Amino acid sequence: MGHGIPYTDRPEAPCTSTDPLVAPEAANAYVTLFASRYFLTCPPPTMEATAHSTGDVLHVRVGGTWTLGGSVPDVNAVAASAGGIDSAGAVRIVPDGLTDWDSSLLTFLYELVRRCEAQDVPVDLDALPDDLRPLVDLSQAVPEASAGSADAPSSLLERFGEWIGRQGDGVVAFATFTGRSVQSAGRLLRGRGRMRGRDFWLLTQRTSADALPIVTLISFLVGLILSFLGAVVLRRFGADYYVSYLVSYGVLRELGALMTAIIMAGRTGAAFAAELGSMKVSEEIDALRTLGISPVDFLVMPRLLAVFVALPLLTLYANAVGIVGGWTVAISMLDVTSAQFFTGLLTPITLADAVLGLVKAVVFGAIIGLAGCLRGLQTGSDATAVGDAATSAVVTGITLIVAANAVLDWMAAVLDV
Amino acid sequence: MPDDAPIITVDNLTLAYGSFVVMQDLTFEIRRGEIFAIMGGSGSGKSTLLKHLIGLQTADTGRIQFAGREMNGSEEALQDMRREIGVLYQHGALWSSMTLAENVGLPLEEYTDLPPDDIRRIVSLKLALVGLRGFEGFYPHEISGGMQKRGALARAMALDPAVLFFDEPSSGLDPVSARRLDDLILQIRDSLDTTVVVVSHDLASIFAIADRALYLDIETRTASALGPPADLRDDPPNERVRQFLTRTAA
Repeated sequence: MGHGIPYTDRPEAPCTSTDPLVAPEAANAYVTLFASRYFLTCPPPTMEATAHSTGDVLHVRVGGTWTLGGSVPDVNAVAASAGGIDSAGAVRIVPDGLTDWDSSLLTFLYELVRRCEAQDVPVDLDALPDDLRPLVDLSQAVPEASAGSADAPSSLLERFGEWIGRQGDGVVAFATFTGRSVQSAGRLLRGRGRMRGRDFWLLTQRTSADALPIVTLISFLVGLILSFLGAVVLRRFGADYYVSYLVSYGVLRELGALMTAIIMAGRTGAAFAAELGSMKVSEEIDALRTLGISPVDFLVMPRLLAVFVALPLLTLYANAVGIVGGWTVAISMLDVTSAQFFTGLLTPITLADAVLGLVKAVVFGAIIGLAGCLRGLQTGSDATAVGDAATSAVVTGITLIVAANAVLDWMAAVLDV
Repeated sequence: MPDDAPIITVDNLTLAYGSFVVMQDLTFEIRRGEIFAIMGGSGSGKSTLLKHLIGLQTADTGRIQFAGREMNGSEEALQDMRREIGVLYQHGALWSSMTLAENVGLPLEEYTDLPPDDIRRIVSLKLALVGLRGFEGFYPHEISGGMQKRGALARAMALDPAVLFFDEPSSGLDPVSARRLDDLILQIRDSLDTTVVVVSHDLASIFAIADRALYLDIETRTASALGPPADLRDDPPNERVRQFLTRTAA
């Protein structure tokens, strides 16, 4: 509806403005246009536009039915048939046999008036219908903004270069934010932080206990799937017994921490980004800064510490549930007893494997907290900003988690852990 | 009542985001005890100027002095200023995880050595002053928008600031509530001798309460008018000021 419905009941003196927020007449004309376009039966468009000259006045006749569905006549072509706008001293628009009209006629008239203005030729609109004239005036009311022309589209190489640049900026921003968080942790350890204990405990509960149902479900299914895969392959070699090796090694060393972290990145990382993003949009963070309170100390630290504490605990829990999932398949589908399964669990692994899994959990927890909080604090101000921040937190978190997992596995291989 | 001594001095200030200049060559003073309005069309830089005045942003060119002290972006200068100002943001900006009492009490915890009991009593007083007696334990989402704004005003007044900044105070309020807020602003200035800086494009409010108004001109990207609002309306320095203050289109 363009400018929307005006205040038609405002107790104002009559005005001559065509601004629909002030002058109801212009907006009523727009409503008529809208209604005719969508609610009335439109006859096939005829769009008659002809021109003739008398003296130095160019008369442009418009008639017939003007409805969207036909091609709008070209203004230059119509004017050129009678000598063109540039050779006229004035232009007069004459409706003749005009039966119906919508934006198509308005478009023609808008372009005609603009061409005349560009060539300093006066235009006489007095003969236009009462409900059409205000719209034509409205289309000319505000001068064209001098914002400059749009840049020419970039080449693929340019766009790729810009993308690389943005990724580089993102890396710098993440590293800077990590540094600020470390500084804040240092202040906290020295007793100079501004974190509220209540916030930390509430967030720890939300991050750990409240996440148990989803972690239980996913971990159980992961153990189940791992055991299925093992069963399918190992049974061909009559090596059913070794499915417990697979479950044990896979869950404790890799999948327990990895799957828990991915779940938490989607659940908790997104929540952090959305909370801080909403606070940014509603100026709560500005209000903290006005008081001289660091948002990193007050808002980021409790979240970071909460997920730092929660993720190793959830990983231990996920490991146990994943093993139970694997055990379920082993005893139901394979020729393996419970005693055999649990004995086989402990054979391939060492303490280092379990510790590696927990080290990964600590690193992943830090990544989730940093990514979620950073994206929240970077939230913009438009309607999609908070949603974008939450999405970005999840994508960033999962990407960094998988990358960190690869790096940690490589380091473990180098150290022969 | 206002006296001629300035509490805030702005000298040749340029506001920019990167290479995009929002406003340039801003030079004006805000006198102690006056109600000073900053007005202008959408996108004219009112909120940007406010952020510079309250220390959230630092300008690359120009100077701002607060109570005779240079605001050069140093943390020490900002900390001194923060004790003496209060800010009411457009939508209140109460911290959603804290009760009204905690919101109002945080500035007192941060900048005074008062014991918790004294803070509690002062908080109750501040909330009573804005008509929220009994709402100390309520969270922001449990009260209406108008009540949130009053709670935010109580927080802004917590430290009995020398200068109160209001960002679009009547935004989202019905006409009666907006009028009541105007009356409250006048009461605060008259009773507490507080300087008030109001960013607004609510003409009724500007004419009702402002001693002087500064017009930020989006066309020239500078301030093109400064003076009592009625004088600016009756004898505007240019057509844009006249259109703005009389609510007429071009």
